[in-house]
Amino acid sequence: MSDAVEKRPLADRLAEATPVGIARRVRGLSDRSITWLFISPTIALLLAINIFPLLWTVVLSFTNYRANREAPIRWFGIRYYADILTDPDIWAGMQVTARFVVSTIAIETLLGFTLAYLIDRKFRGHGFWTTVILIPMMLSPAVVGNFWTFLYQPQIGLFNYIISFLAGIPPSSFSMIASVQLAPWAIVIVDAWMWTPYVMLICLAGLRSIPDDIYEAAEVDRASPWRQFWSITLPMALPFIMLAVLFRGIENFKMFDMANLLTNGGPGSTTELASITLKREAFEKWRTGYASAFAVILFVTIFGLANIYVKALNRVKQR
Amino acid sequence: MSVAAVAHSVVTPSLRAKWIAGVLVIAYALISMIPLFWIVITGLKTPSDSISYPPKILFTPSLEGYVNLFTTRTRQTPEFIASLPPATTWYDKLVRSRNMVIAGPSRYIERYVNSLIIGFGSTFLAVVMGTMAAYAFSRFKVPAKDDLLFFILSTRMMPPIAVAIPIYLMYRVVGLLDTHLGMILLYTAVNLSLAVWLLKGFMDEIPREYEEAAMIDGYTRLQAFIKVVLPQASTGIAATAIFCLIFSWNEYAFAVLLTSGNAQTTPPFIPFIIGEGGQDWPAVAAGTTLFLIPIVVFTILLRKLLLRGITFGAVRR
Repeated sequence: MSDAVEKRPLADRLAEATPVGIARRVRGLSDRSITWLFISPTIALLLAINIFPLLWTVVLSFTNYRANREAPIRWFGIRYYADILTDPDIWAGMQVTARFVVSTIAIETLLGFTLAYLIDRKFRGHGFWTTVILIPMMLSPAVVGNFWTFLYQPQIGLFNYIISFLAGIPPSSFSMIASVQLAPWAIVIVDAWMWTPYVMLICLAGLRSIPDDIYEAAEVDRASPWRQFWSITLPMALPFIMLAVLFRGIENFKMFDMANLLTNGGPGSTTELASITLKREAFEKWRTGYASAFAVILFVTIFGLANIYVKALNRVKQR
Repeated sequence: MSVAAVAHSVVTPSLRAKWIAGVLVIAYALISMIPLFWIVITGLKTPSDSISYPPKILFTPSLEGYVNLFTTRTRQTPEFIASLPPATTWYDKLVRSRNMVIAGPSRYIERYVNSLIIGFGSTFLAVVMGTMAAYAFSRFKVPAKDDLLFFILSTRMMPPIAVAIPIYLMYRVVGLLDTHLGMILLYTAVNLSLAVWLLKGFMDEIPREYEEAAMIDGYTRLQAFIKVVLPQASTGIAATAIFCLIFSWNEYAFAVLLTSGNAQTTPPFIPFIIGEGGQDWPAVAAGTTLFLIPIVVFTILLRKLLLRGITFGAVRR
């Protein structure tokens, strides 16, 4: 408040310096008009760059439009939707995506929570090491994914060298990117490396939100540390864990950049995540109408899953 | 989790629990740093050292990767090179020792500058518009406020490729494909959702009494916003700006689909740093190092606010 009092003369000077007409207009701005003045640029831009394109996608999804041809556009109705939902390749791709999402979330949650729990022991220097651990998640997935192709090289790659050294097998005997069995793990490993810190950070916030006196009360009751973990730590951190799972689930469902540069869907279509299929249809085969229908299906899926999940999340919080 | 059993007390962990936790966490941190360490040292290797088996940890550092990153070179016969006037600079000498001559600068600097222009441009717009919208959402009655806020957030949930299809068509019509302005507008839109949500959180924390006092002292609402609220929110605004900048800097999907030459940013460019016979790994590593350094610095600066940024302000501390 002292701030405001000190600035009083400034306000007066401003008021004097402002021509009467403008002053009246500025002063005349009601809270209501300021609200609209302040919100409309955001809404306008989002309408132009997000909503209008989304509606356009929906319209295109009912046509046979191809962005690289001048051919007249024909109305297709829901044919593409029917095609996509009955296409076994699309379902195979969805399974690849689901496996990727489930395995990355499982690894990242387990590892991230364990790390958070360990960091919460507050050993000396834990702040510094937490920051170090956080670095990978801030980096560009595309640029880092590109470099991992080098680490995964069969003969010269560092990853293969370390694994072969530990497992006692020749480093050129396996290729993370070219092998049908290993390629799905290649993208899971990089994703886990990048995003475990993310889950860790949110879990850490969960652990730190638990008041000490609950533990102290449990100590008084002679609850074992094991018991304390299962009946205090885990339930109280659960909403945070679920928040992390929600965010990672959405992000990994639409994963594109890292996987595109690392495996580009290959070998065959063993790592062809939904976004990579979408890119192929839209920007390689130029089946714009078909790709639009697929994009709408993906968006509805993400939106639906997120909504169900948020409801579940709220139920957990209420308990 | 076995550490739970070791811990004597959860509130004040025993010394032994701290030791075990510390060793495990530090081990994880060190292992997770190996890829980054490898990027930095590969950038200082010669091409032959970078692909040697077994991988070399000890090597004579060379700036060849950085020279290759910034130049394009042509292979020449030793006779031709001998006929040239003597090399005047160290990088000329280095390139000629490989039987090549420098043909000109590479496009890396252009791409890096594009990343800077598009990053700062979109950050500026997103923060200005986001600050205004966040203030309105924080202080005033907005009809259907929760729906609007959810709508703003939901724009972020869409897969980028799905958004890119209509944007591509739209930009082709209005001539924004492969332009700085087009990328700035697109990144602004994506960043706005984050900016509004984060800044609303920061504004909510500034007591309304500050502005009310200022208004009693004769400020208008706008003056109170500019002179009282903005200075109070400066930390939050700065942090939001850095998060927006990092997003624009790292973005790949839109950049690779909507730009090709003129406005291409660094991430789609780096995989195409090619030497003779495949990727020139020291040059790729050098380009990656220079690209990642600003982000590492920002991460360290932001460490206290990272949590807020990555959860759209949902988790505050």
